[in-house]
Amino acid sequence: MSMQENMIVIDHLNKSFGAVHAVNDLSFRVRKGELFAFLGVNGAGKSTTISMICGQLAMDSGSILVNGQDVKSEGHKMKEWIGVVFQDSALDKPLTARENLKSRAALYGITGKAFEKRLQELISIFHLQEFIDRPVGKLSGGQRRRVDIARALIHKPKILILDEPTTGLDPQTRKMIWSIVERLRVEEGLTVFLTTHYMEEAVSADYVVIIDHGCIAAEGTPYELKNRYVKDYLSIYGVTKEEVESLGMGYEEIRDGYRIAIETPLEATHLIVKHAAVFRDYEIIKGGMDDVFLSVTGKKLGGEQQ
Amino acid sequence: MKTLMIMIGRNRKLFFKDRGMLFSSMITPVILIVLYATFLAKVYKDSFVSNIPEVMIISDKLINGTVAGQLAAALLAVSCVTVTFCVNLTMVQDKANGVRKDFNVSPVRKPMIYLGYFLATVLNSLMVNLLALLLCLFYIWMMGWYLTVMDVVLLVLDIMLLVIFGAVLSSIVCYPLKTQGQMSAVGTIVSAGYGFVCGAYMPISNFGEGLQKALSFFPGTYGTSLIKNHILRGVFGEMQTQGFPEEVVHGIAKSLDCKPVFRGTVVVPNTMILIMLGTIVVLGGIYLLITALPERE
Repeated sequence: MSMQENMIVIDHLNKSFGAVHAVNDLSFRVRKGELFAFLGVNGAGKSTTISMICGQLAMDSGSILVNGQDVKSEGHKMKEWIGVVFQDSALDKPLTARENLKSRAALYGITGKAFEKRLQELISIFHLQEFIDRPVGKLSGGQRRRVDIARALIHKPKILILDEPTTGLDPQTRKMIWSIVERLRVEEGLTVFLTTHYMEEAVSADYVVIIDHGCIAAEGTPYELKNRYVKDYLSIYGVTKEEVESLGMGYEEIRDGYRIAIETPLEATHLIVKHAAVFRDYEIIKGGMDDVFLSVTGKKLGGEQQ
Repeated sequence: MKTLMIMIGRNRKLFFKDRGMLFSSMITPVILIVLYATFLAKVYKDSFVSNIPEVMIISDKLINGTVAGQLAAALLAVSCVTVTFCVNLTMVQDKANGVRKDFNVSPVRKPMIYLGYFLATVLNSLMVNLLALLLCLFYIWMMGWYLTVMDVVLLVLDIMLLVIFGAVLSSIVCYPLKTQGQMSAVGTIVSAGYGFVCGAYMPISNFGEGLQKALSFFPGTYGTSLIKNHILRGVFGEMQTQGFPEEVVHGIAKSLDCKPVFRGTVVVPNTMILIMLGTIVVLGGIYLLITALPERE
């Protein structure tokens, strides 16, 4: 993989706060135009890493390259390439969406006609027209989130960092936000760096890094992670206990039938072909990213339970 | 430059849209007005009359004009500084509610952000205090008007000077604050304490010698004295016209802090202006320096 294809390159990154080692020898790459999911429970080191990528926090050691530039030496320039959507909205609630976008655009030197042009583009992309002149504090959660993302994209960044962008939003709004982000990623080559508590969002990522206690616990594509860390299940319905036992495999009784853990879908195919009479009603259930996360960290994402 | 103008506009709008902040900025002048209306005006008047030799006849208009001038000067001197502390709280609120992290991920330089807070504070405080000046002038006109156009112009300049002094002082004090609780504490201390320290609630000449000496090192006292000098100049002129002996007029001016003494030397208004300007330059330099330093993580 050439350096040009990587939008973010992190090598042996370390950061401590007193005795707490928040980020511990972290190394990974984020490719241009990909949806990169960065998963970890609260306190795993996600926000610390994001703060260092954005140049808000100094690293103890290691390096971060953004678009080929070192954050340490080119931190100021690099800020023009990154847009951040914070977990909690960082907009001025008493001001209108338009006033907020105007003041934030000015931070990037976008003023006057250039701002008006960009504002119209964002209004069109995020359907802001209806509430653009309403105070942000009076918007619904979904409307406010759309303004948050519009703000992050005001300067046409190359990388969009989304820190749990859909937490607390209804499924319909989440779907709408994701369709917009996905369109920008596909059509404009935007690189999306995502942290989320929703595993269905991580499933659609191109690459996933799971961190625990500041270290990488697992990484790969969702497909690789699922194959590596979780088993698939074959659920059989409307069969007797004797029939299941005749398969000669370990099983678990469930409400309407029995569940057998299998290593691969191919193993299931062989089993079905060999015992066709038993498989009158069945389904293969793939292990999900929730199971991957639980298997890797021993914790549930969002619940932070052991 | 456009970025700075937009940031100033943003900060100003936030102040005027935050009713709590607007109200708290008005509270010190309101408290002072209540204090004067309830008893301080009477205390001043009685104190002033008792200092006039019995043989001298003095009109009610002149007495009322003097007391009104003293009241207005005290009110303006305090509000010019306390209002800046209230207005400058936008700086702290931005940190407390997380807005600053949004600024920090942008390429705008930190001193630019802080310059935006400072200039918005100056403009908003000027608006509030010039409105207060208008009300004070109306009150003086009702009680006894002896001011010239030049006096009013000088008063406007005094207010500008004091507001800039207050803005730069409050900017330095508010800079390290991060929470609403810290904001409230500082606001309360400044609102309650500044009036005494600068001699607005009670003339410094009424304090003990040691305290007078200590306060002579505080630049705010000269700001208060500057306003008093300009607002009472007409009154003292009228006293002289009416035949008051020079010593009596001098004594009254001294008792009202119009002739402050620094290490044995009477400080005149032009020197007061230089002191205020010098203080603004020094404090401004300190503010620029601290805003250029990296913030704590």
